[in-house]
Amino acid sequence: MTTLLQRKRKRVDDLAGGRSLTQEALRRLRRDPVALTGAAIVGLFVLVAVFAPLIAPYEATQSFPQLQQDLRPGSIPGPQEGFLLGSDQLGRDFFSRLVLASQQTLLVGVLATLIGLVVGMVIGTLAGAFGGWVDTLLMRVTDVLLAIPSLLLAISVAALFASPSQTSVIIAVSIVGVPIFARLLRGSMLAQRDSDHVVAATALGVRRPAVVLRHMLPNAIGPVVVQATLTLATSILDAAALSFLGLGDADPGRAEWGLMLAQAQALLEVRPALALYPAAAIIVIALGFTLLGESLREALDPKGSR
Amino acid sequence: MLRFIVRRLLQVIPTLLLLSVLVFAWLRSLPGGPATAFLGDRATPESVANLERVLGLDQPIPVQYVQFLGRVVTGDFGTSTITGEPVLAEIGRALPATIELSIAALVLAVALGIPLGYLAARKRGGPLDVSTVIGTLVGVAVPVFFLGYILKAVFAVELGLFPPSGRQSVAVDATNVTGFAVLDGLLTREFDASLDALSHLVLPAVALATIPLAVITRITRASVLEVLNADFVRTANSKGLTPGTVRGRHVLRNALLPVSTTIGLQVGLLLAGAVLTERVFVWGGIGTLLADAITLRDYPRLQAILLLGALVYVLVNLLVDLSYAIIDPRVRLS
Repeated sequence: MTTLLQRKRKRVDDLAGGRSLTQEALRRLRRDPVALTGAAIVGLFVLVAVFAPLIAPYEATQSFPQLQQDLRPGSIPGPQEGFLLGSDQLGRDFFSRLVLASQQTLLVGVLATLIGLVVGMVIGTLAGAFGGWVDTLLMRVTDVLLAIPSLLLAISVAALFASPSQTSVIIAVSIVGVPIFARLLRGSMLAQRDSDHVVAATALGVRRPAVVLRHMLPNAIGPVVVQATLTLATSILDAAALSFLGLGDADPGRAEWGLMLAQAQALLEVRPALALYPAAAIIVIALGFTLLGESLREALDPKGSR
Repeated sequence: MLRFIVRRLLQVIPTLLLLSVLVFAWLRSLPGGPATAFLGDRATPESVANLERVLGLDQPIPVQYVQFLGRVVTGDFGTSTITGEPVLAEIGRALPATIELSIAALVLAVALGIPLGYLAARKRGGPLDVSTVIGTLVGVAVPVFFLGYILKAVFAVELGLFPPSGRQSVAVDATNVTGFAVLDGLLTREFDASLDALSHLVLPAVALATIPLAVITRITRASVLEVLNADFVRTANSKGLTPGTVRGRHVLRNALLPVSTTIGLQVGLLLAGAVLTERVFVWGGIGTLLADAITLRDYPRLQAILLLGALVYVLVNLLVDLSYAIIDPRVRLS
């Protein structure tokens, strides 16, 4: 069975010029300046996040008497010896916090996207695989979730927690992605259901779960991967918006860009850098994920090869 | 045509019913239960027990749901825990401010987005196209509230071109007729009031318009590119129609179909963006109501805004679908 499949796959690959669709997409991505820019940005940020404890000279929560003594209402100490970007509003090293925040921000973005992705995929797979009333019911629910403007949805979920925390932010942001992923996967699963290779697998006596998981799902996943990349960007932006509205992480010590930006809004005239740097970081990382997602979409689109 | 409209209207009903079930479930899972959440700071064991009886929370769940539905349909969303006023009255008063802001932002986004997307597509790969594409990508990556603060800091505080916040200057003696500040000025012939309201509108509208502008520009560009390569455009060109006719009657008309759907979808984004923008510019609309409701955990108000927001979104998309059927005859046939 596998050898037959492998031989078949090879023959189709040969027909396509010796490359599988994935290889073809990867080849196109490597030549695409947009994709390369996106990948470079994302790669850089991941590197910073991984090595953040080594790059940052101090802890995120550590406050310094020599910075605190210069803290006044209307004045926050700027860059000085030992403190590259100066102090934050509580006398902590701003540079360290900015670097360490990359970890938390990526954590929030990735976890929120992942949770939304997994839940959405389970719903989408069930709907697409079963069809019938299961499909109708699940899709009605996702339609309603889609009908609620995304930030309102996130707000209402975040409000369900007695006190805001990092967990509540992640869950609230992840909900927004669920109906999108579910609909997308269901749509591309439906397209798979009647395609020849699925009919063939069923006719060969492959059991239903195996058909769904091994034959339909891998072929239907492309658009979902694209969407997940784009959702990474919106998740980070949504988390920042929740922080701004007072539904963010309540931990004052935690360094996270959205949180830092929200807290610094009131200090925009005192020390703009406190808002500008986290904002720039958010914009650049969101842009990186968006560029990557958009170029992935184009690379996976068979129309693009013409 | 009539059958299409009726069918489309009927399709909305299950969506709305399911929405009510979701909001009902949401109410049930509020911290401390709905009664405690609705009373806020005023919650004592007696008042909670009292409200639970009034709200029928001691009844079986299905009975509670029917009662909830009855209240919602009659517009009874309870009273705000902040002001003690009926929530619906509060919303009614704040609505014109948000609608005015949203319309201004949408007009801005459409008036700039469609020509920009069209020009970018016609000169594909040129400098305008490249900068437009980059602009649309950056546009969606900027947090709306941050952009609002930057606009405020630069154009209001530094340059003093526009007022930094609010809808009207205190010095201008404006008469309130409809609640739409610009319109009121025109109706009462107090043109200085209209002008004043307009100048207040500029910065928040620009901040709110960025994301819809980026989306509309991108969709228009993609759509025009697709139509430009279509067979019927080649035919139109080769049968000797003037370029102007081809562009206006063939390219633009067909390319704008997907754009009209996108514009409808922006309404949800505008509502979400309004929450953030209004907070930055102290606008006093639905967004401000919502932001206060979040800070002070005013659940009745939160529930009403959530439900009405979704309702407006569903209805606007229904309208878009119907207008689509008028623009595109193919929709009617299927």
